[in-house]
Amino acid sequence: MLSELILRIILGTLSVAAFGVFFGLLYKGIDRKLSAHMQGRIGPPIRQPFRDVAKLFEKENIIPDHAIPWVFNFIPLVGLVATISILLYLPLGGFPPLFSSGADLIVVLYLLIIPSLALVIGGFSSGSPYAIVGAQREMATMIAYEFPLAILIITIAWNLLQKGVTSAFSFSTIASMPVWNQVTGPLGFIGFAILLVVLMLVTPAELSKIPFDSPEAETEIAGGLLVEYSGRNLAMFYLIDGVKTVVMASIVVTLFFPYNLSAFLGLGSYEAMIIDIVFYLFKIFLVILFSVTLIRVAIARLKIDQIVYTYWIPLTLASLIGLILVMWDGVIMNIFSFT
Amino acid sequence: MSQTIKTTFQLPIGPIHPALKEPVAFEFEIDGEQIIDVNVTLGHVHRAIEWAARKRNPIQVLYLAERICGICSYCHPMAFALAVERIADVEVPEHAQFLRVIHAEIERMCSHILWAGVAAHEIGFDSVLFLTWEIREKLLDLTEYLVGNRVTKAITMIGGVRRDITPEMYPKIKETLQYLKDSFEKLRRVYLEDKTFKMRTKGCGILTKEEALKLVAAGPTTRASGVKKDVRVDQSYFAYCDLDIDYMTPDILTGEVNGDVYDRIIVRLLEVKQSISLIEQCLEQMPPGPIVSEPKIAKLLAKLKKVDGEGIGRMEAPRGEVFHYVKLNANEYIYAWKVRAPTYNNIMPWIPMLKNQQIADIPIVAASTDPCMSCTNRIIMIEDKKTFILGKEELHQRSIQKTRRLHL
Repeated sequence: MLSELILRIILGTLSVAAFGVFFGLLYKGIDRKLSAHMQGRIGPPIRQPFRDVAKLFEKENIIPDHAIPWVFNFIPLVGLVATISILLYLPLGGFPPLFSSGADLIVVLYLLIIPSLALVIGGFSSGSPYAIVGAQREMATMIAYEFPLAILIITIAWNLLQKGVTSAFSFSTIASMPVWNQVTGPLGFIGFAILLVVLMLVTPAELSKIPFDSPEAETEIAGGLLVEYSGRNLAMFYLIDGVKTVVMASIVVTLFFPYNLSAFLGLGSYEAMIIDIVFYLFKIFLVILFSVTLIRVAIARLKIDQIVYTYWIPLTLASLIGLILVMWDGVIMNIFSFT
Repeated sequence: MSQTIKTTFQLPIGPIHPALKEPVAFEFEIDGEQIIDVNVTLGHVHRAIEWAARKRNPIQVLYLAERICGICSYCHPMAFALAVERIADVEVPEHAQFLRVIHAEIERMCSHILWAGVAAHEIGFDSVLFLTWEIREKLLDLTEYLVGNRVTKAITMIGGVRRDITPEMYPKIKETLQYLKDSFEKLRRVYLEDKTFKMRTKGCGILTKEEALKLVAAGPTTRASGVKKDVRVDQSYFAYCDLDIDYMTPDILTGEVNGDVYDRIIVRLLEVKQSISLIEQCLEQMPPGPIVSEPKIAKLLAKLKKVDGEGIGRMEAPRGEVFHYVKLNANEYIYAWKVRAPTYNNIMPWIPMLKNQQIADIPIVAASTDPCMSCTNRIIMIEDKKTFILGKEELHQRSIQKTRRLHL
């Protein structure tokens, strides 16, 4: 029994890691191809990210003289492990999550910080002025987007708690009770729609994509945090980026679109699994298309003060309005139920 | 308890850096994200072009001058030709004067549109980079159609140009101009109305009118600060005196002059529009006639060999005034040649522009003057295989010594 559990965990973790890495790189390739077409270019082949990673792993790993070697080498691994471990908490394509605790949402919120923090520590430890500027910017960006993100997660959990659900912070609960089914009136619907937009706008900052890529701004600070990284370590950060894209898209899908096609179509066990996974991958693709690809080809890079302003004033206000609307939704229903 | 002391730190940008398209070294004094002080060091791309010219005759120098800069590949040889024509009293036929204007304006449009793309890339807006370069591609096609080459035109000749533009070629030119007019509206919307563009360029890299005058900035950089300075209007050359041309300052469009990067974009866009109208005027007014005063190069060289004297050629290049000084001393080769590219004037204005800006503004502010380092580098001081910089005091002493030697 115990050995079976251990086997399940080990095999499950390995397969989830392989899944995250493979689809992270695949979506990166699709993103690059699509944005190239939008910009009037041909773009690299879709398998280019795989080639990039394979090549980077072969390359020499240079450690700068001013760096702190053990931190410099260790931190990319920490980031990758943390990113993959988020995937273990997420329901992927109809499968229940591998791990579950009473407070999945909170755990994921904290785990999401680790890759960014790894970048910051890696940047500071590399001893380059560009990387230090980049690390400072990354910290400012993190502080900026955490606030609207926290409000959003609290709203969703609070809404479920109001409905009398005990494990409101668990992803499997959230996935089984989609937010759109919980709203009782137009106010709640608008509230959640606003929150969805906020989450879609937090995603590019979480992933350091234009317009929120000032920590890595190549024309300003020559790659910022990653300027001193090369070879295996750079490949690791490349993988973090890919897996994190899947993670963020999965979070959006799980929180807002946890629907499956199989129940709708009434399919059997194996067909249902395949259909669910394909549908889930398609949903992830849509999220990446809207919150990464389209945004990054459509606007210019913002300055760090503009990024912080964007998240602290307009987006925080928007998410607070969303929270209030969702609250009123319930309150108004309560009034109706009393009368 | 230890006391926290806030210190500034050094951030080197360059000589090689993604923000810069050519080697130049900045040494920034940074406080957080703010630039406290900046120091610029030049001298990484000295190519000894002026020295090489002293072993060539004036016709050969035309080809050398063409290779001073890739983008200003027309105005450098043209300014040289203007200087030589002035020394040798060569009369340029009227038809050739108009042809020279057409080529100069095509080059200006190419340069400004290329710059617009680079500026967009500097603020991370790559889609606009590809959009503008697609438009520029049409202009390069036109250049190839008119002169046979895409970038290095090889059209200049002392006393005229080397290829004619015949009425059969007009439809193709007009077609390209129409395409540009159609695309211009697209460019204007992207550059002047896009929110993120405004966020990044408005109030950034300000050069006041006083500073622009004091530091003798040139070209679109100074016009964006409201200084009415344009060689085409001030000291008309070619056929510009026959054409309807005026200074392009940002207040034409917005009614105010701020001297920021946004204004420099406005000035360049207005100049693209102006160039289109200038070429159209040229096509209408161009009289027939020869394209060069002396078609036989051997005869021209024989004439130049006998000439003794010095002259200057001034021309409004896309980036500002380009200035060539030439001295001939009745010899086969030219005696002296001095080139001053517009970027030389626009280096010092970088310092007031960059001070108190953020690190994020460095690329766009540095690019906003459209610098061209290899054009600018005219001298490098070397002693014992080491480069050094001559200060003001030492230069003064050396010129006193030189004057004394001359008086002997």
